[in-house]
Amino acid sequence: LKLYRKRHPTLPCNVLKFKSTTIMLDCGLDMTSTLNFLPLPLVQSPRLSNLPGWSLKDGNAFLDKELKECSGHVFVDSVPEFCLPETELIDLSTVDVILISNYHCMMALPYITEHTGFMGTVYATEPTVQIGRLLMEELVNFIERVPKAQSASLWKNKDIQRRCYTMQEVNSLVGYSQKIELFGAVQVTPLSSGYALGSSNWIIQSHYEKVSYVSGSSLLTTHPQPMDQASLKNSDVLILTGLTQIPTANPDSMVGEFCSNLALTVRNGGNVLVPCYPSGVIYDLLECLYQYIDSAGLSSIPFYFISPVANSSLEFSQIFAEWLCHNKQTKVYLPEPPFPHAELIQTNKLKHYPSIHGDFSNDFRQPCVVFTGHPSLRFGDVVHFMELWGKSSLNTVIFTEPDFSYLEALAPYQPLAMKCIYCPIDTRLNFIQVSKLLKEVQPLHVVCPEQYTQPPPAQSHRMDLMVDCQPPAMSYRRAEVLALPFKRRYEKIEIMPELADSLVPMEIKPGISLATVSAVLHTKDNKHVLQPPPRPAQPTGGKKRKRASDDIPDCKVLKPLLSGSIPVDQFVQTLEKHGFSDIKVEDTAKGHIVLLQEAETLIQIEEDSTHIICDDDEVLRVRLRDLVLKFLQKF
Amino acid sequence: MDPECARLLPALCAVLADPRQPVADDTCLEKLLDWFKAVTEAGSSLLLLQEHPCLVELLFHVLKPQDLSSRILSFALRLAGIFAAQENCFQFLQQGELLPGLFGEPGPLGAAAWAAPSVRSGWIQGLHSLAQHPSALRFLADSGAVDTIFSLQGDPSLFVASAAGQLLVRVLDLALRGPAEGRVCPQAWDWPACARKVVCHLEDCLRSEATPRVTQALHVLTTTFGHCRGLWTQGLWARLSPLVARLLEKDPVPAPHALVDLLLGVARSPVLSSDPGLWETAAQALSRLSPTQAGPLAAGILKLQDCPQALRIQAFSILLQPLAHVLEATAQAPGTPRLLEGAAGDLMAVDTFPPSRSACVGLLCSALAHLELLQPLVGVARPASALAAGPAAGTDAPSPPQPQRPSPWPQAPLLAAVVTILRFCNGSAAPSSEAGGRLCAMLVGCVRVQRAALDFLGVLSQGLGPQELVTQVFAILLEYLVSPDSSPTVLKKAFQATLRWLLSSATPPGCCDLEPYAQLVLGELLAVLQKRLCSPCWEVRDSGLEFLTQMTRHWGGQGSFRQALLGSEVPELTRQLLQDPESYVRASAVAAVGQLSSWGLLTAPSSPEHPAVPQKTPLEELLLVLTTDSEGFPRRAVMRVFTEWLRDGYADVAEDPEQSVAPVLRAASRDLDWEVRVQGLELALVFLEQLLGPRGPSTAAPPGALTQALQALCRVQLFEFAFRSLFDCDRPVAQKSCDLLLFLKAKATPSGSQQEVGDGPNVASVEAALRRWQAGEQGQPLGELAPEAVLAVLRSMDLEALRDTLAESSDHVERSPQSLLQDMLATVGVLGDNEADCY
Repeated sequence: LKLYRKRHPTLPCNVLKFKSTTIMLDCGLDMTSTLNFLPLPLVQSPRLSNLPGWSLKDGNAFLDKELKECSGHVFVDSVPEFCLPETELIDLSTVDVILISNYHCMMALPYITEHTGFMGTVYATEPTVQIGRLLMEELVNFIERVPKAQSASLWKNKDIQRRCYTMQEVNSLVGYSQKIELFGAVQVTPLSSGYALGSSNWIIQSHYEKVSYVSGSSLLTTHPQPMDQASLKNSDVLILTGLTQIPTANPDSMVGEFCSNLALTVRNGGNVLVPCYPSGVIYDLLECLYQYIDSAGLSSIPFYFISPVANSSLEFSQIFAEWLCHNKQTKVYLPEPPFPHAELIQTNKLKHYPSIHGDFSNDFRQPCVVFTGHPSLRFGDVVHFMELWGKSSLNTVIFTEPDFSYLEALAPYQPLAMKCIYCPIDTRLNFIQVSKLLKEVQPLHVVCPEQYTQPPPAQSHRMDLMVDCQPPAMSYRRAEVLALPFKRRYEKIEIMPELADSLVPMEIKPGISLATVSAVLHTKDNKHVLQPPPRPAQPTGGKKRKRASDDIPDCKVLKPLLSGSIPVDQFVQTLEKHGFSDIKVEDTAKGHIVLLQEAETLIQIEEDSTHIICDDDEVLRVRLRDLVLKFLQKF
Repeated sequence: MDPECARLLPALCAVLADPRQPVADDTCLEKLLDWFKAVTEAGSSLLLLQEHPCLVELLFHVLKPQDLSSRILSFALRLAGIFAAQENCFQFLQQGELLPGLFGEPGPLGAAAWAAPSVRSGWIQGLHSLAQHPSALRFLADSGAVDTIFSLQGDPSLFVASAAGQLLVRVLDLALRGPAEGRVCPQAWDWPACARKVVCHLEDCLRSEATPRVTQALHVLTTTFGHCRGLWTQGLWARLSPLVARLLEKDPVPAPHALVDLLLGVARSPVLSSDPGLWETAAQALSRLSPTQAGPLAAGILKLQDCPQALRIQAFSILLQPLAHVLEATAQAPGTPRLLEGAAGDLMAVDTFPPSRSACVGLLCSALAHLELLQPLVGVARPASALAAGPAAGTDAPSPPQPQRPSPWPQAPLLAAVVTILRFCNGSAAPSSEAGGRLCAMLVGCVRVQRAALDFLGVLSQGLGPQELVTQVFAILLEYLVSPDSSPTVLKKAFQATLRWLLSSATPPGCCDLEPYAQLVLGELLAVLQKRLCSPCWEVRDSGLEFLTQMTRHWGGQGSFRQALLGSEVPELTRQLLQDPESYVRASAVAAVGQLSSWGLLTAPSSPEHPAVPQKTPLEELLLVLTTDSEGFPRRAVMRVFTEWLRDGYADVAEDPEQSVAPVLRAASRDLDWEVRVQGLELALVFLEQLLGPRGPSTAAPPGALTQALQALCRVQLFEFAFRSLFDCDRPVAQKSCDLLLFLKAKATPSGSQQEVGDGPNVASVEAALRRWQAGEQGQPLGELAPEAVLAVLRSMDLEALRDTLAESSDHVERSPQSLLQDMLATVGVLGDNEADCY
């Protein structure tokens, strides 16, 4: 049982080898590399195009076409590139299945399915697949609609980053608690994880072992179905990834902060820009605003949601009723739309557009609130609004997605007059919740990325910001192979009925019966069956029969099996009764030695073996053997 | 007893004695007992029983074996106790063997009824009432009741167990008070047998290994020393104190809370506090009990008027210990201020916090709460030498001794400790040890500790500290105010503490100017306030507005404050909050708008979209709230603001008070909320005072002024409002109106002057309207009123009598014993008709 760690903990990509299957757990795409690139403006930006080139200290300017400098930071002027999944650690074509836990953790999937010879199956829930597809579609759209003349390559010395993929299909849909057999060896089951629409944790189990994979889970009451904790109980190993990235920020407080700052800006005549993904927290934010805007007197302020997939995202959220929390599910029976953003759209308070071009430019009214991507501020419509509103201190950009450092995201826009507010809303488990969860489900072993087993480097005194469990969690680092801490000791084998009928169990102590079995072990598709042995081969026979007997393994006559223990005192008495004298008993670490001094013979009695050591006196040995056997049972 | 009650009593006794009749509820029986108690206290019980033989019959009836309900049995036991409290009546009942029958073995004690807790409770209460005289003591001793009381101390019903303890105290007091009177300190061999028995029982309990028994004895002793002031208590304490001290040697100490209560009770007793052994025991308790258990004892000791200085120091160090530990946990350099020096400080290094989070939080919170109560005590301490000499030295002081704040009061280290606690709670403190790390993990995000620490920090503002620490205080307060993680309650406390610190930083004290540093803080504070006023959480908006109102009240006239406030968006946001969906917030916004505009800080809102539209004045805006708001709180707030404006001469109102008051009174008079109507009348009263002069010993207004005032009052239609309110269904409104009219009457007809009755104006129509209003018909308007007619009506009304009627509580009729007896009889249908009120 081995675990290969491939990515950072919030965008996990682990490979689990378990009972001859190779399972990839999640396939997140690390997009932080895009922060090193210049933004892709939708409209020609004189400021960005006039940035000075960067030259080395020795004056060498061979990179000045590719690298630009802005407020002391250097950026690559090219199509943004992403960090690829690592391929050195494991041959990805050997991966049998990929299990996806939520739509954020599948963004690197096309790199695996397209370029590695992967032939297996990808399992995910339907909302995960649909919304994941939307996210990919948006990403591809953002990048493809602003084609750069050429991509830069001189600035890097190794091809560790790759340009964005093109759209691909993903396959195999599953539902919560649905059991899927993998080659008869293991069974995998998705469980609700409460983090996003269709997000799941996975149980990977055989008959005797259970591994739980917990990734991106939430115990807060937001829109998705609540987390299924009970099914995680009795795990041998619990792999814990995808905890909150900002453990010190309480999501409720951050939502409050978001609303306060939004209202303050808008009341003051400024605009609010919210860089965000097209699905996920935005649903909750819109719901909060739905309740808040009337009370805050903001009913007349327009809210714009701009994304190539805005319409699909808002509509998808309303049709996945079975994947929603109970409150929202019951609304569907009324029938009402589960999310209140439907009403916002109906009343024209929320408008959505595929991009800033077209209808949006006609409807655009200020002051307003704009939700748009991409949270990295490197591509998407957000780039346009940063350029448009950045110069006025009346406007505010509010960061709610925790994936990117907001200071780094803002770097190419400096100097910036607009206010910046950082309200990261990460609803995934924090360390207090993890402690409670682990106490509740009590796994035998917890395995987690190394980062979770120590306080964050910037707050080394915060002992509360780490996983605290007994026994301590096993940790692993990036690109490390970890042998999971349990050995498989049992395997389930079926016995054919006719063979079972032929068994004659013998009770060796109350409640425990034993029987010897002679059978043929038949193994196929990781299932083991004991079948009756073929009849012994006839001593004579024709060619045909002889050939048949070739296939049959030799069935030797088996010696009877012995069981029971030898009580030393009684044994010594028996020996004395049979004429042995001068007997001495010594205790050893494993049992006893009975010394027949006169006969110069040693009987070594241990828990699982008995040795009679005598000096070439076979008669004596057989006599002693028979005496020993009297104390044991045969069958 | 009045004749009507006397007439009803036999029927009632018959009903109570009849097991087939449904028993009246417990409340009725309790009221009946209260009444009998009042009757017996006012006269002779014996006479009462002789005049009303039905009562004795009822008691005898209870003795008969029958199926009586347990509550009637309990009632009878208590009733008998009340009668037997007088010695002659006791003898009377004894003659009839009634008392042994009720309280002795033959009574309910041995019967199945004893299983009901109410019967056991009635038995104890009956004896408690009865134990008033020497005959009762003999009865108790002879009947074996004392042993029963001992066993009832461990009763499963807590009420019974507690009452049994109280009864033991009563028995002790009764037994020892008599013989010991006049003596300095009676010796144990002088004690009556009954007292000796009780004391031996207490000694046995104190020696017992079973904690519940120890606890029972400690409770009895605490009550004894707390309530009984006789000299005999000295002897009792002298005899039992060694046993109490021995409890402290056990490990763990049994019943620590009860022990602390006892020691404090003894220390507070004027008879016992001079015992030097007591202070030794207290000192031992402080060192033996855990910090959590010793905290209440330490706080109690520090609040004593007189006790040895050494003990005070020890007690104070107990309270300081948790805070000292917090300081140690972050101490980076040896120069850091320490709370505890010397032995106490070293002791603390080994004595760490409890390992569990809840225990640790509980300890810190209680330490903070105790210290918070000590800070405001008188700060002037006696010279240390006088204190060291012991309590006797204190008696020389000319004034009676007051509880004092420990001296020296470690203001600076305390400030540092509280700031550190708050830093631990928000995760910004850097612990310097492993223990500090654990403390950090336990305190992060703990709202309880945050609240306690902010409260204490606010109290500490009464003393100053080094500038560096004051800077830290403001810094941490700002951190809490800014942090999105501060819960609404924590934020409220942070606002309150900030206000207190801002007030204390005024230089010189009492002056209303802010210190330069506080002025710097002000800028950041207003930025925070701006954001908080937009919070989606209404509690936050509300506390923000309250803070703003308080700040403006204190510094509204101060230049730098005005400048900072007018430069922010706070005034405009406050005005917008008048439309808040939450009524509490609207009420607070009304108060804030009132305060801001009275200082001229509510600038006309800038409306770039519609510059031509004239904006409403604050007066108009508040009037709009008064007339349109659907909730009571904002409307009440508006009335308070108008009253304040009128009283303080706020410019917009002072310009033309009549014009301003008229619409407000009109709206208030129609309001459905009685508090708004009361406040409307208060506003009218202030208006009257401004017209006719202040309230006081009958100073009549000059006739010219009076006429003018009356005309003005008629114009604002005050009289219709006031007369209607006289018959308001809510009594406070009627009372207020009565006060107002009496004030006007006094101003109009000064004592001694006789008004000519002659051809006065025709007031018949007014009086007719008043009668109709009194009868409940509210529709009829009063119409135009002339000042003369008003005066005539005022003269003809007996307002004083009305005031007296209104002063009686509304249920004064229903509370009479007669009504009670009628009710009880009516429930069983004895009265035949259902004329009794249904309460």
